[in-house]
Amino acid sequence: MNNLNVRFGLRDMFLDGVRPAAALIKYVNINGQSAEIDALDLKHKELNDLLRAVALQGISKVTVKNVFGQRYIGTRLYLPDPEKRLEIRISGNPGNDLGAFLNGHRIIVFGNAQDGVGNTMDDGEIIVHGRAGDIAAMSMRGGKIFIRDNVGYRAAIHMKEYPGKVPVLVIGGTAQDFFGEYMAGGIVILLGLTLKENEPHKAHYIGTGMHGGVIYLRGRVEEYQLGKEVGVRPLDDRDRAVVERYVGEFCAHFGLSAGKILQGEFRKLLPVSKRPYGKIYAY
Amino acid sequence: MLVKRCFASERRLPAKESEACGLFGVMDITGKRFGGEMAISAMKNIKVRGNGLGGGFAVYGLYPEYRDYYALHIMFQNKMAKEQVESYLVENFNIVYDEEIPTNPDVNLFCPPLVWRYFVAPKKKGEEQALSDDDFVVSRVMYINTSIEDACVFSSGKDMGVFKGVGFPEEIAAYFRLAELYAGYLWTAHSRFPTNTPGWWGGAHPFSILDWTVVHNGEISSYGTNRRFLEMHNYYCTLFTDTEVMAYAVDLLMRRQGLPIEVVSRIFAPPLWDLIEHMEEREKKLYSTLRMVYAPLLINGPFTVIVAHQNEMFGLTDRIRLRPITAGAKGDLVFLSSEEAAIRCVCPDLDLAWTPRGGEPVVVRQGSRDHLLSLPESV
Repeated sequence: MNNLNVRFGLRDMFLDGVRPAAALIKYVNINGQSAEIDALDLKHKELNDLLRAVALQGISKVTVKNVFGQRYIGTRLYLPDPEKRLEIRISGNPGNDLGAFLNGHRIIVFGNAQDGVGNTMDDGEIIVHGRAGDIAAMSMRGGKIFIRDNVGYRAAIHMKEYPGKVPVLVIGGTAQDFFGEYMAGGIVILLGLTLKENEPHKAHYIGTGMHGGVIYLRGRVEEYQLGKEVGVRPLDDRDRAVVERYVGEFCAHFGLSAGKILQGEFRKLLPVSKRPYGKIYAY
Repeated sequence: MLVKRCFASERRLPAKESEACGLFGVMDITGKRFGGEMAISAMKNIKVRGNGLGGGFAVYGLYPEYRDYYALHIMFQNKMAKEQVESYLVENFNIVYDEEIPTNPDVNLFCPPLVWRYFVAPKKKGEEQALSDDDFVVSRVMYINTSIEDACVFSSGKDMGVFKGVGFPEEIAAYFRLAELYAGYLWTAHSRFPTNTPGWWGGAHPFSILDWTVVHNGEISSYGTNRRFLEMHNYYCTLFTDTEVMAYAVDLLMRRQGLPIEVVSRIFAPPLWDLIEHMEEREKKLYSTLRMVYAPLLINGPFTVIVAHQNEMFGLTDRIRLRPITAGAKGDLVFLSSEEAAIRCVCPDLDLAWTPRGGEPVVVRQGSRDHLLSLPESV
């Protein structure tokens, strides 16, 4: 049966049949400063090409409707005027790597997001009125992400920070395992609003391999749910100010009141070492 | 001086960072049959998860008029293989009906083999009369797949069938005319992105033995261990791909040993030892026993699978969820897929969408709401 092996060139599942931006104008409806795109028949690249085209025309507010899994929305929007910011409002279900490498723009999703929200995002805001899949905020290096409900595995994996550039991830619900895995920087806040009274968070191995940044966790979590590389501390006044600020922003986005949320018990998770595996791999 | 020679690869495979197969399954829990439109549109939606080197569908409730007979779907590379297989079939089975599986010649696929279906009843002789029909059929399928060149039985269950080949799934669907000719109460579908093994017709998913089918995304790094264990139970891996072990393991555990899905999924994706430590005494005992007795069937490496058989399907990921899964429900329809978008594009007004914990199965059964049992631990 070996000779049934197929030997032929690979077809490109991303770029096959992609139409040039000029042929896509019929999917855009421009109205002054804002535009509406119907994404139903658009491929990943076509939608991003259109977003770029309307941004270059000076439009600052884009509504994208009928989104069903188009990936990388908001990436590649590096505009000639670096101060120019776009607001992209998405209705539907954006695909993986929403806002990858995002360059200061604001994305609002009315629905659930999939895996890789804000992958290596540089600056800007992503606000998800729903849940997000795995690896939310992976390698994020700046900006803010607010997710109203739960997230999947490995949220905030390898998030990082620089002097004067600290990414922020706020999750309204709970998270699954390996939350904050290999975290190297940034601020992560997990609120547990989708949990029942006294129900512990779903995540195990929280902060495994964490070596920078901070996690503020509201709600119950058992000792064994924490990874070996994190320590638990109470919040000090500086921490409280940070939590109050970002919980306030979170509540403003989703129309919630911050008072009751802030009354809950918060804990601070910090890495116990800057190089947790240094002794394992160094000779 | 030794100079290392470089050979161009026989098949061009893309860089690994974008690898990801696409899975989809939909079942009507009342058993109502429906066409393939949903499965086909969902696969179109997640087209980029495959690369055109394999697509396939499994359909249950497919041949109600022949529901008492095993439906063998067999691909042949040449006429000689067909003659050989047919003389073997006549010896071992009563063939009640056979025909070429209708295809659409206008769909341009690479090197399609001849594909034929036979509806058969076992013809057991001598000592073999003690065997169950199922065991008899498994042994004959294994014989054809290991001993007859250029032939491959890729579907062998009752009232179900697999259609697969090399191409994007929507091309395979058009080639076999799935949307116009067939209906079923359960459809699973797969878009392939082969990484470590060749893309060939027999190597497309779903993989099946009897009425068990598996579609899989990921790679099974425990393949060697699993395969050796299965060989002790007379299952032989012939298809050059890792997913095959999953189909045989399911047949062994569920059909022959009678274990329920809920236990089998704990054998494939058991909790890690340090989580077992923190369980109640009864659970601790159960999980440790399963890990020890069935260690060679632990499926290691990243995976998501959708396994189906008569009246049942389940979705499962590896225990640390290195591949994605989303479940959805709307009325009597239950969906499983690699991406939520694929479900929403065929059913925009879902009642529920959820993602279970790694290693926690979503079990969809006819006439029950068992799929909701995975909800409390989901996000």
